[in-house]
Amino acid sequence: MYHKEKSIQIKNSASALYNNLSVLRIAPRRLTHFTVVHANMVNMVSASWDGLNYTHRQLQSKEPNVATSTSLIMQAAFCVLPSRDLLVVTSQKGIQMYESDGSIMVYWHALDTPETPTAQAVFARGIAAVYENYICVGVSSGAILVFDVPSKGSNITLSEVLEEHKESITDMASECSGSQECIANLVTADDGGNLCVWKSGEEFQLLNKIPGFDMSCSSVKLWKGTAVAGYGTGQIRLYEAVTGILHAEINAHARWIYSVDIAPFSGLLLSAAEDSLVRVWHMTITPETNSVEVAHLHNECVTDTQICGARFCDGDGYAFAVTGYDLSEIIRYIQS
Amino acid sequence: MSMRTLPLVFINLGGEMLYILDQRLRAHNTSEDNSEKGVWSENDRKRVMNDIVGTMFSKAFMDELLKPQQLYSHRTMKTVLTRLAHASIMRLNPASMDRLYELMVMAFKNQVFLCLRPKDLLLISYNHMDTIREFVKDTPMAVNQVDETHRKIIEAYSSLSEGELQLLRQTLLTFFQDMHVRVSLFLKDQIQNPNGRFALTTSGPVPHGTDVPGLIRIFDCRGREVRRREFPSGGSYTSSIREGSFELHGNRVIRLGMNMYTVDHPEETHTSRAPSVKADGSPNPLAKEELNLLARLMGSMKTENKPKDESGFRINLFNTDKEEAEAGASASAEESLYGVINIQAMQDEQAASELARIAGQFEEEEEEKPEKPSNNKGEELLAMMDDL
Repeated sequence: MYHKEKSIQIKNSASALYNNLSVLRIAPRRLTHFTVVHANMVNMVSASWDGLNYTHRQLQSKEPNVATSTSLIMQAAFCVLPSRDLLVVTSQKGIQMYESDGSIMVYWHALDTPETPTAQAVFARGIAAVYENYICVGVSSGAILVFDVPSKGSNITLSEVLEEHKESITDMASECSGSQECIANLVTADDGGNLCVWKSGEEFQLLNKIPGFDMSCSSVKLWKGTAVAGYGTGQIRLYEAVTGILHAEINAHARWIYSVDIAPFSGLLLSAAEDSLVRVWHMTITPETNSVEVAHLHNECVTDTQICGARFCDGDGYAFAVTGYDLSEIIRYIQS
Repeated sequence: MSMRTLPLVFINLGGEMLYILDQRLRAHNTSEDNSEKGVWSENDRKRVMNDIVGTMFSKAFMDELLKPQQLYSHRTMKTVLTRLAHASIMRLNPASMDRLYELMVMAFKNQVFLCLRPKDLLLISYNHMDTIREFVKDTPMAVNQVDETHRKIIEAYSSLSEGELQLLRQTLLTFFQDMHVRVSLFLKDQIQNPNGRFALTTSGPVPHGTDVPGLIRIFDCRGREVRRREFPSGGSYTSSIREGSFELHGNRVIRLGMNMYTVDHPEETHTSRAPSVKADGSPNPLAKEELNLLARLMGSMKTENKPKDESGFRINLFNTDKEEAEAGASASAEESLYGVINIQAMQDEQAASELARIAGQFEEEEEEKPEKPSNNKGEELLAMMDDL
């Protein structure tokens, strides 16, 4: 169903972090940006669609105007909003937002770090662009920071702090770019496997809380009102977000899942884990009849590699890309 | 990232170090007393073990480690582990310490990489502590120290969730990133590939709490299963085995962290660099926080009074002196192919100058730092080194 394509070499290896690959397709310029986190820097590669040009860029995590301080990065993700695209980088020290080509940093938010270190780690993790002009970022305390993003410029402001989760945020996802009516448009996940379902607005509204079973949910996506969550036990669960009804449960992987992704136009689902396997599934979700169907389509094994990032490169799922711990390349697969 | 890595790092790296030293010292045990010069006796070996374990598991040192703090650079870790090794009459030259450190780190990296679930990190640590207890079983005070430390570890880590332990594991994996030193024993047992990467099978038992992959279940609105379907998992997994014990004593079940070195095959601990590895010599100036940590750790290790009339001991790790000389020459070259660990017992003056040289490196780097912090910290460190 898929075959391996030429890999893209990156300047250094990927770190073992959840969701450690982000992809932004820029159709007008016929190129795709990829970002992979390595310790305290983000490797960005822009690949032209004809496969002839690769431009590399590295972004360091640091406070602006401070010479030497860097900190370990937890996640980097592209945020697509109606008016603009941004690259958000979260670390132990704070949150950086760049123009999507990584050229200029437009915003810096420092996390509150205690004077003397506490046993509880401090970091930001979990990034989502939410309709219409919000970027949400999770924090290790469980709080979710909601930033209001103007259509241009750097006048980004912290609009709200959502305090519902009690454990560190792991991932979050949104859907509904405004083209359809949605009840819920954001789902957030934490280290205890708990999912919170929200509706965005001037004040975000909590619609539902789906309890976890003390097992971390490392990656989550939202599609057609269904929260698709990958867990440390290797399970994937599909919940109807607003009601919390469990529609499907897959014993998908033999180790901790690090990434799930969905191709929204085709309903393809991608899952990747520390067991070195990437799996492709197909979901059929009919909200009107409340029916959900999941079928397994394809497996790829990345030998001897604990996978840390996997993403579709386009909305149909025609191609996907994979990163692995200690691997200095982005492996790509294309439908045969 | 995680602020709780240091105790586990030292217990596991220190444990690996003791396994290797134990193997080396046993391999050369041919006389019961010190009468033959250049030979390590049973008593010498036990003394070295007791001295190192006593220092590593001392209350002061462990309490420093247990304070929440970041995991710093390899240079800091190596410096403290060198000091630990030198808590005995044994001395390692810098090249040997480098090789020993690589070996320790690759062994621990393998254990962290392969452990089925993050909580197994604790079982790996307990495996190391169990074996260390065996090494010093004839010295009740040392056994007590290990037990006390073990209790503190249980208290500190038992309440961590799987998610927090995974963060700890991810912090360790970042620390080990890009290290692909090849170890003979690993290559022989096919734990490691010729390119230096560890083998990861798609077979074997699944972790405790995970189901064997292969099943899709669909539910209706009332939670009843309406359909189930199987899919090919692409591997041959079996159900999880029973869980190991997290108590002070007990069967840990998993084998990661156990002593895999045997006395008869010292070549098992030969290491070689994978060709593509980049040199680790790039001098990153130690951050001020790192120097502080180093000062605290060094200060918490109690010093021993060594009798001044110890004669020097030297271990020959090769069949002939000629081979050793050749290896020694090549070990110092940039592209050394095989690194071998030389263990020597040196006179105290030599030891003091070794440590002064290490301290001297820090002082140089302090001067290179653009921020120019006060030289006091560097001087304090030097002073402390001189007192050792």
